[in-house]
Amino acid sequence: MEQKNLKETVLRISGVNPRKCMKCGKCSGTCPSYDEMEFHPHQFVYMVENGEIEPLMASKSIYRCLTCFACVERCPRQVEPAKLIEAVRLTVIRQQGQNHLKPDAIPALLDEDMPQQALVTAMRKYAK
Amino acid sequence: MVFSYYPGCTLRTKAKELDRKARLAAKELGIELCEVPEWQCCGGCYPVAKDEIATKLSAVRTLMAAKEADRPVVTVCSACHNVLKRVNDDMKNDPVISDRANRYLQNEVPYQGEAEVLHFLEMLRDKVGFDRIAEKVTKPLTGRKIAAYYGCLLLRPGKVMAFDDPENPTIIEDFIRALGAEAVVYPYRNECCGAYLALEDRDSVKKKSSAVLNGAKAGGADSVITACPLCLYNLQKCGGEIPVLYFTELLFEALGLE
Repeated sequence: MEQKNLKETVLRISGVNPRKCMKCGKCSGTCPSYDEMEFHPHQFVYMVENGEIEPLMASKSIYRCLTCFACVERCPRQVEPAKLIEAVRLTVIRQQGQNHLKPDAIPALLDEDMPQQALVTAMRKYAK
Repeated sequence: MVFSYYPGCTLRTKAKELDRKARLAAKELGIELCEVPEWQCCGGCYPVAKDEIATKLSAVRTLMAAKEADRPVVTVCSACHNVLKRVNDDMKNDPVISDRANRYLQNEVPYQGEAEVLHFLEMLRDKVGFDRIAEKVTKPLTGRKIAAYYGCLLLRPGKVMAFDDPENPTIIEDFIRALGAEAVVYPYRNECCGAYLALEDRDSVKKKSSAVLNGAKAGGADSVITACPLCLYNLQKCGGEIPVLYFTELLFEALGLE
């Protein structure tokens, strides 16, 4: 997809308007996965606005967001960065062969106490 | 009082105690929980994307069953509660999602978010009352210092969940006090435990979960309670030494049930 289309796709899937951002950085400040991310929540906001979607799609950061909604709740401008990250992740995994988690890999990841909730959530987040 | 009851996948399997003790405690409090017939898994997490419709339908079916039975639907699992409440909000307030979901389901009468979704704790607070629960306590948990772990799913997004103040919640602390114990308020009680990263990165979960339990320990807690099977798993496996229990286990104990 061309860059312009990618940006439109992400904006459409997320329903987010990144232009509302006033760059306070609170989203990244409150993110529990901040120090495990190459691109942080505030960077998702301005990179999507700039149309720089491909680097985001190629980054493992999209699998670090837990959709805990801390950034959404605490954003003073209601920008909702987590929805942008979700949209970038979906733009990747909706492509053929791009599932991040494959069913065959799951048995090796389990222990006897692992709740079903973890599996269904991970499959929904990581695979199509 | 009669409510529809949605257990969810994990309460039927790895979290049987969460389910069993919730049912027995409810019975003791004079509440009848009628299981939603032929319920399906909610999917574990709310599909955030605007264009996800099919992934919301199992939640819509549960909500329609509650509407049909004309009573609120109660959940115990934080994740099910989060999914059902947010999908219900979409059906009520997002005309595009609501219209498309109703077309998928070929509903003659469209479902428009009429059902009421309650977490078990909300049911205790708003329909029973913590004061009445305190009266029913036969074995008060006197001297115990208990920390409530909310995590993310019960509280956020605050406007949709309308569960409690998302930054300074008190509902579980009030519940703990009603059972006669002391409630410990500590940092990270409403931050994420690491959730499904448990599958691929234990170190990451360890960082998040140990921050929670270290906070509870520093506050002097002797145990931590949660409503979420995945939070319980992460805190127990990766958090630290403090015992982590379901909130229904405390209620069961304080009501003197065996």
